[in-house]
Amino acid sequence: MTCLPAKVEKRLGLVIDLDTCVGCQACVTACKGWNDQGAGLSDQDPYGADPSGTFLNRVHSYQVRPEDGPAQVVNFPRSCLHCENAPCVTVCPTGASYKRAEDGIVLVNPDTCIGCGLCAWACPYGAREMDAVQGVMKKCTLCVDRIYNDNLPEEDRIPACVRTCPTGARHFGDLSDPDSAVSRLVEARGGYELMPDLGTKPVNRYLPPRKKGAAAAPALEPLAATGIAGWLDRLLGKI
Amino acid sequence: MHPAPSVIVFTVLSGAGFGFLACLALGLLPVAGWMAFAAWGLGYGLAVGGLLASTFHLGNPQRALLAFTQWRSSWLSREGWTSVLALLALAPLALSDWLGLGLGRWIGWGGAGLCVLTVLCTSMIYAQLKTVPRWNHWSTPVTFFAFAAAGGAILAAPGWAAAVLCPILGACLLYGWQRGDGAFAAAAQTLGTATGLDRLGRAEVFEPAHTAGNYLLREMIHVVGRRHAAKLRVIALVLAAALPAVLVLVPLPGMRALAFALHLAGAFAARWLFFAEAEHVVGLYYGKR
Repeated sequence: MTCLPAKVEKRLGLVIDLDTCVGCQACVTACKGWNDQGAGLSDQDPYGADPSGTFLNRVHSYQVRPEDGPAQVVNFPRSCLHCENAPCVTVCPTGASYKRAEDGIVLVNPDTCIGCGLCAWACPYGAREMDAVQGVMKKCTLCVDRIYNDNLPEEDRIPACVRTCPTGARHFGDLSDPDSAVSRLVEARGGYELMPDLGTKPVNRYLPPRKKGAAAAPALEPLAATGIAGWLDRLLGKI
Repeated sequence: MHPAPSVIVFTVLSGAGFGFLACLALGLLPVAGWMAFAAWGLGYGLAVGGLLASTFHLGNPQRALLAFTQWRSSWLSREGWTSVLALLALAPLALSDWLGLGLGRWIGWGGAGLCVLTVLCTSMIYAQLKTVPRWNHWSTPVTFFAFAAAGGAILAAPGWAAAVLCPILGACLLYGWQRGDGAFAAAAQTLGTATGLDRLGRAEVFEPAHTAGNYLLREMIHVVGRRHAAKLRVIALVLAAALPAVLVLVPLPGMRALAFALHLAGAFAARWLFFAEAEHVVGLYYGKR
Protein backbone atom coordinates (compact mmCIF):
# COMPACT_ATOMS: atom_id res chain seq x y z
CA MET A 1 0.00 0.00 0.00
CA THR A 2 1.68 3.19 -1.10
CA CYS A 3 -0.55 5.59 0.75
CA LEU A 4 1.39 6.82 3.76
CA PRO A 5 0.26 5.56 7.17
CA ALA A 6 -2.01 8.07 8.92
CA LYS A 7 0.02 7.71 12.08
CA VAL A 8 3.30 6.04 12.92
CA GLU A 9 3.90 4.70 16.41
CA LYS A 10 7.61 5.49 16.36
CA ARG A 11 9.93 7.53 14.19
CA LEU A 12 13.10 5.49 14.10
CA GLY A 13 15.98 7.24 12.43
CA LEU A 14 19.57 8.38 12.50
CA VAL A 15 21.21 11.44 13.93
CA ILE A 16 24.49 12.19 12.17
CA ASP A 17 27.08 14.37 13.82
CA LEU A 18 28.91 16.38 11.18
CA ASP A 19 31.27 17.68 13.84
CA THR A 20 32.58 14.22 14.65
CA CYS A 21 32.48 12.50 11.25
CA VAL A 22 35.97 12.07 9.84
CA GLY A 23 34.87 10.74 6.45
CA CYS A 24 36.53 7.35 6.90
CA GLN A 25 33.84 5.56 4.84
CA ALA A 26 33.58 2.77 7.45
CA CYS A 27 29.78 3.22 7.51
CA VAL A 28 29.67 2.85 3.72
CA THR A 29 31.63 -0.39 3.93
CA ALA A 30 29.71 -1.78 6.90
CA CYS A 31 26.39 -0.97 5.20
CA LYS A 32 27.45 -2.64 1.98
CA GLY A 33 28.77 -5.63 3.91
CA TRP A 34 25.65 -6.21 6.00
CA ASN A 35 23.22 -5.60 3.16
CA ASP A 36 25.14 -7.72 0.69
CA GLN A 37 23.54 -10.84 2.10
CA GLY A 38 20.90 -12.74 0.17
CA ALA A 39 20.06 -10.95 -3.09
CA GLY A 40 22.54 -8.32 -2.00
CA LEU A 41 23.72 -5.13 -3.62
CA SER A 42 25.28 -5.83 -6.99
CA ASP A 43 28.46 -4.33 -8.38
CA GLN A 44 29.32 -3.93 -12.03
CA ASP A 45 32.92 -4.38 -13.13
CA PRO A 46 34.10 -3.93 -9.52
CA TYR A 47 37.77 -4.62 -10.22
CA GLY A 48 37.83 -3.32 -13.78
CA ALA A 49 38.37 0.00 -15.46
CA ASP A 50 34.83 1.32 -15.02
CA PRO A 51 33.54 0.12 -11.65
CA SER A 52 30.02 0.91 -10.46
CA GLY A 53 27.79 -0.45 -7.77
CA THR A 54 24.75 -0.16 -5.58
CA PHE A 55 25.26 1.55 -2.23
CA LEU A 56 22.73 2.65 0.38
CA ASN A 57 25.03 5.18 1.98
CA ARG A 58 27.53 7.61 0.48
CA VAL A 59 29.88 9.98 2.27
CA HIS A 60 30.59 13.31 0.56
CA SER A 61 33.22 15.84 1.53
CA TYR A 62 32.46 19.53 1.35
CA GLN A 63 34.44 22.64 2.03
CA VAL A 64 32.66 25.41 3.90
CA ARG A 65 33.96 28.97 4.02
CA PRO A 66 32.47 30.93 6.90
CA GLU A 67 32.20 34.70 6.55
CA ASP A 68 34.85 35.07 9.25
CA GLY A 69 37.48 32.45 9.87
CA PRO A 70 39.21 29.82 7.80
CA ALA A 71 37.55 27.27 5.52
CA GLN A 72 36.81 23.86 6.98
CA VAL A 73 36.11 20.40 5.55
CA VAL A 74 32.81 18.78 6.47
CA ASN A 75 32.29 15.08 5.79
CA PHE A 76 28.69 14.43 4.96
CA PRO A 77 27.14 10.93 5.02
CA ARG A 78 24.03 10.73 2.86
CA SER A 79 21.40 7.97 3.08
CA CYS A 80 17.62 7.56 3.37
CA LEU A 81 16.07 10.01 5.86
CA HIS A 82 12.92 7.88 6.36
CA CYS A 83 10.73 10.92 5.70
CA GLU A 84 7.37 11.25 7.39
CA ASN A 85 5.93 12.62 4.16
CA ALA A 86 7.94 10.33 1.90
CA PRO A 87 7.35 11.25 -1.77
CA CYS A 88 9.07 8.04 -2.87
CA VAL A 89 6.27 6.02 -1.30
CA THR A 90 3.23 7.73 -2.78
CA VAL A 91 4.53 7.73 -6.37
CA CYS A 92 5.09 3.95 -6.38
CA PRO A 93 2.58 2.32 -8.75
CA THR A 94 2.87 -1.21 -7.35
CA GLY A 95 2.90 -0.81 -3.58
CA ALA A 96 6.48 -2.08 -3.39
CA SER A 97 7.60 1.13 -1.74
CA TYR A 98 6.02 1.56 1.68
CA LYS A 99 6.35 3.18 5.07
CA ARG A 100 5.83 1.01 8.14
CA ALA A 101 3.19 2.24 10.58
CA GLU A 102 4.92 0.61 13.56
CA ASP A 103 8.27 2.37 13.33
CA GLY A 104 8.20 4.67 10.30
CA ILE A 105 10.89 2.80 8.39
CA VAL A 106 10.61 3.23 4.59
CA LEU A 107 11.22 -0.04 2.76
CA VAL A 108 11.04 -1.56 -0.73
CA ASN A 109 9.54 -4.99 -1.30
CA PRO A 110 11.92 -6.48 -3.87
CA ASP A 111 9.29 -9.03 -4.96
CA THR A 112 6.80 -6.42 -6.19
CA CYS A 113 9.14 -3.64 -7.38
CA ILE A 114 8.96 -3.31 -11.18
CA GLY A 115 12.05 -1.12 -11.34
CA CYS A 116 10.37 1.91 -12.92
CA GLY A 117 12.68 4.28 -11.03
CA LEU A 118 9.99 6.86 -10.26
CA CYS A 119 10.67 6.69 -6.49
CA ALA A 120 14.30 7.63 -7.10
CA TRP A 121 13.13 10.58 -9.17
CA ALA A 122 10.82 11.66 -6.36
CA CYS A 123 13.53 11.53 -3.67
CA PRO A 124 15.42 14.83 -3.28
CA TYR A 125 18.23 13.17 -1.33
CA GLY A 126 19.45 10.54 -3.77
CA ALA A 127 18.68 7.87 -1.20
CA ARG A 128 17.62 5.23 -3.71
CA GLU A 129 19.76 3.39 -6.20
CA MET A 130 18.56 0.88 -8.78
CA ASP A 131 20.30 -2.49 -8.64
CA ALA A 132 21.48 -3.03 -12.19
CA VAL A 133 21.40 -6.83 -11.91
CA GLN A 134 18.12 -7.35 -10.05
CA GLY A 135 16.25 -4.47 -11.69
CA VAL A 136 14.73 -3.40 -8.37
CA MET A 137 15.24 -0.31 -6.24
CA LYS A 138 17.51 -0.50 -3.21
CA LYS A 139 17.57 1.77 -0.20
CA CYS A 140 18.55 1.99 3.45
CA THR A 141 16.42 -0.37 5.54
CA LEU A 142 17.64 1.13 8.82
CA CYS A 143 18.96 -2.44 9.20
CA VAL A 144 15.47 -3.68 9.99
CA ASP A 145 17.00 -7.16 10.00
CA ARG A 146 19.39 -6.20 12.83
CA ILE A 147 17.45 -3.88 15.10
CA TYR A 148 14.76 -6.47 15.95
CA ASN A 149 17.02 -9.51 15.59
CA ASP A 150 17.01 -11.56 18.82
CA ASN A 151 19.78 -13.77 17.45
CA LEU A 152 22.24 -10.91 17.68
CA PRO A 153 23.86 -9.74 20.93
CA GLU A 154 21.98 -6.72 22.21
CA GLU A 155 24.78 -4.27 21.40
CA ASP A 156 24.56 -5.29 17.74
CA ARG A 157 20.84 -4.52 17.44
CA ILE A 158 21.51 -1.17 15.83
CA PRO A 159 22.14 -0.31 12.17
CA ALA A 160 25.47 -1.57 10.85
CA CYS A 161 26.65 1.95 10.04
CA VAL A 162 26.02 3.09 13.62
CA ARG A 163 27.63 0.00 15.09
CA THR A 164 30.79 0.42 13.06
CA CYS A 165 31.33 4.19 13.25
CA PRO A 166 34.72 4.58 14.96
CA THR A 167 34.11 8.17 16.04
CA GLY A 168 30.57 7.77 17.31
CA ALA A 169 29.26 10.21 14.72
CA ARG A 170 26.13 8.16 14.02
CA HIS A 171 23.29 7.71 16.47
CA PHE A 172 20.17 5.57 16.16
CA GLY A 173 16.92 5.90 18.05
CA ASP A 174 13.30 6.97 18.23
CA LEU A 175 12.94 10.60 17.24
CA SER A 176 9.23 10.67 18.15
CA ASP A 177 10.16 10.27 21.84
CA PRO A 178 11.32 13.67 23.15
CA ASP A 179 13.21 11.94 25.98
CA SER A 180 15.17 9.54 23.80
CA ALA A 181 18.93 9.99 23.63
CA VAL A 182 18.75 11.00 19.96
CA SER A 183 16.00 13.57 20.56
CA ARG A 184 17.98 15.11 23.41
CA LEU A 185 21.06 15.21 21.22
CA VAL A 186 19.13 17.00 18.47
CA GLU A 187 17.77 19.44 21.03
CA ALA A 188 21.18 20.14 22.58
CA ARG A 189 23.11 20.53 19.33
CA GLY A 190 20.52 22.20 17.09
CA GLY A 191 20.00 19.21 14.79
CA TYR A 192 18.41 20.10 11.49
CA GLU A 193 16.53 18.64 8.49
CA LEU A 194 17.78 18.62 4.90
CA MET A 195 15.82 20.72 2.38
CA PRO A 196 12.80 21.21 4.68
CA ASP A 197 11.15 23.46 2.04
CA LEU A 198 10.37 20.40 -0.06
CA GLY A 199 7.87 19.24 2.55
CA THR A 200 9.26 15.72 2.94
CA LYS A 201 9.57 16.01 6.73
CA PRO A 202 12.70 13.88 7.12
CA VAL A 203 13.12 11.91 10.36
CA ASN A 204 16.92 11.82 10.27
CA ARG A 205 18.68 14.85 11.66
CA TYR A 206 22.14 16.31 11.09
CA LEU A 207 24.11 17.97 13.87
CA PRO A 208 26.03 20.99 12.55
CA PRO A 209 29.81 21.21 12.98
CA ARG A 210 30.66 23.13 16.11
CA LYS A 211 31.93 26.64 15.63
CA LYS A 212 35.72 26.46 15.54
CA GLY A 213 37.51 28.85 17.87
CA ALA A 214 39.74 31.41 16.20
CA ALA A 215 43.46 30.77 16.47
CA ALA A 216 45.21 32.83 19.18
CA ALA A 217 47.27 34.75 16.65
CA PRO A 218 47.18 34.89 12.84
CA ALA A 219 49.43 32.15 11.44
CA LEU A 220 51.37 34.57 9.27
CA GLU A 221 52.14 37.27 11.83
CA PRO A 222 54.70 39.73 10.39
CA LEU A 223 58.05 38.48 11.58
CA ALA A 224 60.11 40.79 13.77
CA ALA A 225 63.53 40.30 12.19
CA THR A 226 66.60 40.65 14.39
CA GLY A 227 70.35 40.79 13.87
CA ILE A 228 71.65 41.26 10.32
CA ALA A 229 68.24 40.48 8.89
CA GLY A 230 66.76 43.20 11.10
CA TRP A 231 69.39 45.68 9.99
CA LEU A 232 68.71 44.80 6.31
CA ASP A 233 64.98 45.06 6.92
CA ARG A 234 65.30 48.54 8.38
CA LEU A 235 67.76 49.65 5.70
CA LEU A 236 65.68 48.36 2.76
CA GLY A 237 62.56 49.88 4.34
CA LYS A 238 64.14 53.32 4.11
CA ILE A 239 65.11 53.15 0.40
CA MET B 1 17.42 13.65 -16.22
CA HIS B 2 18.48 10.78 -18.44
CA PRO B 3 16.44 10.94 -21.68
CA ALA B 4 15.59 7.23 -21.89
CA PRO B 5 14.49 6.44 -25.48
CA SER B 6 11.72 4.12 -24.26
CA VAL B 7 10.12 6.86 -22.17
CA ILE B 8 10.44 9.43 -24.96
CA VAL B 9 8.84 7.06 -27.49
CA PHE B 10 6.13 6.20 -24.97
CA THR B 11 5.12 9.75 -24.08
CA VAL B 12 5.25 11.03 -27.67
CA LEU B 13 3.41 8.16 -29.35
CA SER B 14 0.78 7.55 -26.68
CA GLY B 15 0.19 11.30 -26.33
CA ALA B 16 -0.46 11.68 -30.07
CA GLY B 17 -2.40 8.40 -30.09
CA PHE B 18 -4.79 9.37 -27.30
CA GLY B 19 -5.22 12.82 -28.88
CA PHE B 20 -6.13 11.22 -32.20
CA LEU B 21 -8.44 8.67 -30.56
CA ALA B 22 -10.26 11.48 -28.74
CA CYS B 23 -10.74 13.31 -32.07
CA LEU B 24 -12.09 10.13 -33.68
CA ALA B 25 -14.40 9.55 -30.72
CA LEU B 26 -15.80 13.07 -31.05
CA GLY B 27 -16.47 12.46 -34.73
CA LEU B 28 -14.14 15.18 -36.02
CA LEU B 29 -13.03 12.86 -38.83
CA PRO B 30 -16.03 11.07 -40.35
CA VAL B 31 -14.79 7.60 -41.24
CA ALA B 32 -16.51 4.39 -42.31
CA GLY B 33 -15.62 0.90 -43.47
CA TRP B 34 -11.95 0.10 -44.03
CA MET B 35 -11.07 3.77 -43.77
CA ALA B 36 -12.44 3.63 -40.22
CA PHE B 37 -10.45 0.43 -39.58
CA ALA B 38 -7.26 2.18 -40.72
CA ALA B 39 -7.93 5.36 -38.71
CA TRP B 40 -8.90 3.63 -35.46
CA GLY B 41 -6.09 1.12 -36.05
CA LEU B 42 -3.58 3.96 -36.25
CA GLY B 43 -4.94 5.53 -33.07
CA TYR B 44 -4.84 2.23 -31.17
CA GLY B 45 -1.42 1.44 -32.65
CA LEU B 46 0.09 4.72 -31.47
CA ALA B 47 -1.45 4.48 -28.01
CA VAL B 48 -0.68 0.80 -27.42
CA GLY B 49 2.74 1.04 -29.05
CA GLY B 50 3.63 3.87 -26.72
CA LEU B 51 2.39 1.98 -23.67
CA LEU B 52 4.38 -1.11 -24.66
CA ALA B 53 7.50 1.02 -25.19
CA SER B 54 7.14 2.28 -21.62
CA THR B 55 7.63 -1.24 -20.28
CA PHE B 56 11.12 -1.42 -21.82
CA HIS B 57 12.61 0.86 -19.20
CA LEU B 58 11.34 -1.31 -16.34
CA GLY B 59 13.77 -3.45 -14.38
CA ASN B 60 11.14 -6.17 -14.02
CA PRO B 61 8.55 -5.72 -16.83
CA GLN B 62 7.00 -9.13 -16.10
CA ARG B 63 5.46 -7.60 -12.97
CA ALA B 64 3.96 -4.62 -14.84
CA LEU B 65 0.39 -5.64 -13.95
CA LEU B 66 1.12 -4.79 -10.30
CA ALA B 67 1.21 -1.16 -11.44
CA PHE B 68 -2.61 -1.17 -11.49
CA THR B 69 -2.85 -1.57 -7.72
CA GLN B 70 -1.93 1.87 -6.31
CA TRP B 71 -4.27 4.25 -8.12
CA ARG B 72 -5.16 5.93 -4.83
CA SER B 73 -1.76 7.59 -4.53
CA SER B 74 0.24 7.10 -7.72
CA TRP B 75 -0.18 9.02 -10.99
CA LEU B 76 1.71 6.25 -12.76
CA SER B 77 -0.83 3.70 -11.57
CA ARG B 78 -3.73 6.01 -12.50
CA GLU B 79 -2.26 6.36 -15.96
CA GLY B 80 -2.32 2.59 -16.33
CA TRP B 81 -6.01 2.51 -15.46
CA THR B 82 -7.14 5.46 -17.57
CA SER B 83 -5.23 4.24 -20.63
CA VAL B 84 -6.66 0.72 -20.49
CA LEU B 85 -10.17 2.01 -19.72
CA ALA B 86 -9.96 4.52 -22.60
CA LEU B 87 -8.93 1.82 -25.03
CA LEU B 88 -11.75 -0.47 -23.82
CA ALA B 89 -14.37 2.29 -23.76
CA LEU B 90 -13.66 3.30 -27.35
CA ALA B 91 -13.78 -0.24 -28.75
CA PRO B 92 -17.58 -0.28 -29.39
CA LEU B 93 -17.43 2.99 -31.34
CA ALA B 94 -14.40 1.81 -33.32
CA LEU B 95 -16.20 -1.42 -34.24
CA SER B 96 -19.35 0.53 -35.06
CA ASP B 97 -17.46 2.84 -37.43
CA TRP B 98 -15.68 -0.06 -39.10
CA LEU B 99 -18.60 -2.46 -39.43
CA GLY B 100 -21.31 0.19 -39.90
CA LEU B 101 -23.27 -0.78 -36.77
CA GLY B 102 -24.67 2.75 -36.55
CA LEU B 103 -24.17 3.23 -32.78
CA GLY B 104 -24.78 6.77 -31.54
CA ARG B 105 -21.64 8.89 -31.37
CA TRP B 106 -22.39 9.76 -27.76
CA ILE B 107 -21.07 6.35 -26.71
CA GLY B 108 -17.59 7.68 -27.50
CA TRP B 109 -17.80 10.68 -25.18
CA GLY B 110 -16.73 8.72 -22.10
CA GLY B 111 -13.81 7.24 -24.00
CA ALA B 112 -12.77 10.69 -25.23
CA GLY B 113 -12.84 11.93 -21.62
CA LEU B 114 -10.67 8.98 -20.56
CA CYS B 115 -8.18 9.86 -23.32
CA VAL B 116 -7.91 13.36 -21.83
CA LEU B 117 -7.48 11.89 -18.34
CA THR B 118 -4.74 9.58 -19.62
CA VAL B 119 -2.75 12.53 -20.98
CA LEU B 120 -3.32 14.34 -17.66
CA CYS B 121 -2.02 11.33 -15.68
CA THR B 122 1.05 10.99 -17.93
CA SER B 123 1.92 14.64 -17.48
CA MET B 124 1.30 14.57 -13.73
CA ILE B 125 3.91 11.82 -13.31
CA TYR B 126 6.42 14.54 -14.15
CA ALA B 127 4.63 17.66 -12.93
CA GLN B 128 4.24 16.24 -9.39
CA LEU B 129 7.99 15.98 -8.81
CA LYS B 130 9.19 18.81 -6.58
CA THR B 131 12.68 17.42 -7.07
CA VAL B 132 12.69 18.57 -10.70
CA PRO B 133 11.76 22.27 -10.67
CA ARG B 134 11.53 22.49 -14.47
CA TRP B 135 8.68 19.94 -14.46
CA ASN B 136 6.98 20.93 -11.21
CA HIS B 137 4.57 23.43 -12.78
CA TRP B 138 1.11 23.66 -14.39
CA SER B 139 2.72 24.29 -17.76
CA THR B 140 3.80 20.63 -17.91
CA PRO B 141 0.25 19.19 -18.16
CA VAL B 142 -0.82 22.09 -20.39
CA THR B 143 2.03 21.35 -22.82
CA PHE B 144 1.22 17.63 -22.81
CA PHE B 145 -2.42 18.52 -23.60
CA ALA B 146 -1.27 20.85 -26.38
CA PHE B 147 0.83 18.05 -27.91
CA ALA B 148 -2.07 15.57 -27.78
CA ALA B 149 -4.54 18.11 -29.18
CA ALA B 150 -2.24 19.30 -31.98
CA GLY B 151 -1.18 15.75 -32.91
CA GLY B 152 -4.78 14.54 -32.97
CA ALA B 153 -6.03 17.61 -34.83
CA ILE B 154 -3.35 17.37 -37.54
CA LEU B 155 -4.69 13.90 -38.38
CA ALA B 156 -8.37 14.28 -37.69
CA ALA B 157 -9.67 17.81 -37.28
CA PRO B 158 -10.62 20.43 -39.91
CA GLY B 159 -7.59 22.30 -41.27
CA TRP B 160 -8.40 25.55 -39.47
CA ALA B 161 -8.61 23.79 -36.10
CA ALA B 162 -5.19 22.18 -36.57
CA ALA B 163 -3.82 25.49 -37.81
CA VAL B 164 -4.96 27.11 -34.55
CA LEU B 165 -3.80 24.32 -32.21
CA CYS B 166 -0.26 24.08 -33.64
CA PRO B 167 0.65 27.70 -32.78
CA ILE B 168 -0.86 27.18 -29.33
CA LEU B 169 1.51 24.22 -28.91
CA GLY B 170 4.37 26.44 -30.08
CA ALA B 171 3.44 29.06 -27.50
CA CYS B 172 3.33 26.38 -24.77
CA LEU B 173 6.81 25.18 -25.75
CA LEU B 174 8.23 28.69 -25.76
CA TYR B 175 6.68 29.49 -22.39
CA GLY B 176 7.87 26.17 -20.94
CA TRP B 177 11.45 26.81 -22.02
CA GLN B 178 11.42 30.41 -20.87
CA ARG B 179 10.02 29.56 -17.43
CA GLY B 180 11.96 26.31 -17.17
CA ASP B 181 15.34 27.99 -17.65
CA GLY B 182 14.85 29.91 -14.41
CA ALA B 183 12.95 27.21 -12.54
CA PHE B 184 15.90 25.65 -10.75
CA ALA B 185 17.15 28.98 -9.46
CA ALA B 186 13.61 29.95 -8.47
CA ALA B 187 13.27 26.76 -6.42
CA ALA B 188 16.14 28.17 -4.33
CA GLN B 189 17.74 24.87 -3.43
CA THR B 190 21.52 24.97 -3.29
CA LEU B 191 24.32 22.79 -2.00
CA GLY B 192 23.94 24.88 1.16
CA THR B 193 20.27 23.94 1.70
CA ALA B 194 20.78 20.35 0.50
CA THR B 195 23.42 19.79 3.18
CA GLY B 196 22.26 22.40 5.69
CA LEU B 197 25.80 23.78 5.65
CA ASP B 198 24.51 27.18 4.54
CA ARG B 199 24.17 27.94 8.25
CA LEU B 200 27.98 27.84 8.49
CA GLY B 201 29.06 29.57 5.32
CA ARG B 202 29.50 29.01 1.62
CA ALA B 203 29.64 25.29 0.82
CA GLU B 204 31.36 23.72 -2.15
CA VAL B 205 32.35 20.21 -3.14
CA PHE B 206 35.75 19.28 -1.73
CA GLU B 207 35.96 15.67 -2.85
CA PRO B 208 33.35 13.48 -4.56
CA ALA B 209 31.67 10.72 -2.54
CA HIS B 210 32.85 8.18 -5.07
CA THR B 211 35.26 8.34 -7.96
CA ALA B 212 33.30 6.05 -10.30
CA GLY B 213 29.81 6.54 -11.69
CA ASN B 214 26.60 5.38 -10.06
CA TYR B 215 22.87 5.17 -10.73
CA LEU B 216 22.23 8.71 -9.50
CA LEU B 217 24.81 10.23 -11.81
CA ARG B 218 23.62 8.23 -14.81
CA GLU B 219 19.89 8.70 -14.23
CA MET B 220 19.49 12.13 -12.66
CA ILE B 221 22.56 14.13 -13.65
CA HIS B 222 22.62 13.78 -17.42
CA VAL B 223 24.57 16.66 -18.89
CA VAL B 224 25.43 15.32 -22.35
CA GLY B 225 21.92 15.76 -23.71
CA ARG B 226 21.93 19.51 -23.09
CA ARG B 227 24.82 20.22 -25.43
CA HIS B 228 22.66 21.04 -28.46
CA ALA B 229 19.70 22.41 -26.56
CA ALA B 230 19.39 25.68 -28.50
CA LYS B 231 19.41 23.96 -31.89
CA LEU B 232 16.99 21.29 -30.72
CA ARG B 233 14.57 23.94 -29.48
CA VAL B 234 14.43 25.53 -32.92
CA ILE B 235 14.05 22.13 -34.57
CA ALA B 236 11.26 21.17 -32.16
CA LEU B 237 9.41 24.44 -32.64
CA VAL B 238 9.64 24.38 -36.45
CA LEU B 239 8.82 20.70 -36.92
CA ALA B 240 6.22 20.19 -34.18
CA ALA B 241 4.30 23.46 -34.53
CA ALA B 242 5.29 25.87 -37.32
CA LEU B 243 5.45 23.63 -40.40
CA PRO B 244 2.36 21.54 -39.56
CA ALA B 245 0.35 24.73 -38.96
CA VAL B 246 0.99 25.73 -42.57
CA LEU B 247 0.84 22.29 -44.16
CA VAL B 248 -2.63 21.47 -42.82
CA LEU B 249 -4.00 24.40 -44.83
CA VAL B 250 -2.48 23.22 -48.13
CA PRO B 251 -5.22 21.48 -50.13
CA LEU B 252 -3.08 18.74 -51.59
CA PRO B 253 -3.29 14.99 -50.92
CA GLY B 254 -0.85 13.59 -48.37
CA MET B 255 -0.30 16.93 -46.67
CA ARG B 256 -1.86 15.77 -43.38
CA ALA B 257 0.39 12.69 -43.30
CA LEU B 258 3.44 14.83 -44.01
CA ALA B 259 2.39 17.35 -41.36
CA PHE B 260 1.90 14.56 -38.80
CA ALA B 261 5.28 12.97 -39.60
CA LEU B 262 7.03 16.33 -39.15
CA HIS B 263 5.02 16.99 -35.97
CA LEU B 264 6.11 13.64 -34.49
CA ALA B 265 9.76 14.34 -35.33
CA GLY B 266 9.45 17.72 -33.61
CA ALA B 267 7.69 16.12 -30.66
CA PHE B 268 10.59 13.68 -30.26
CA ALA B 269 13.05 16.58 -30.21
CA ALA B 270 10.93 18.50 -27.69
CA ARG B 271 10.52 15.45 -25.45
CA TRP B 272 14.24 14.69 -25.60
CA LEU B 273 14.82 18.22 -24.32
CA PHE B 274 12.07 17.81 -21.71
CA PHE B 275 14.19 15.11 -20.07
CA ALA B 276 17.71 16.21 -20.97
CA GLU B 277 17.24 19.78 -19.73
CA ALA B 278 15.46 18.78 -16.52
CA GLU B 279 17.74 19.17 -13.51
CA HIS B 280 17.19 17.12 -10.36
CA VAL B 281 18.04 18.59 -6.97
CA VAL B 282 20.12 15.51 -6.09
CA GLY B 283 22.75 16.90 -8.46
CA LEU B 284 23.44 19.54 -5.81
CA TYR B 285 25.13 16.94 -3.58
CA TYR B 286 27.57 16.28 -6.40
CA GLY B 287 28.08 19.94 -7.29
CA LYS B 288 26.49 19.14 -10.66
CA ARG B 289 23.13 19.73 -12.24
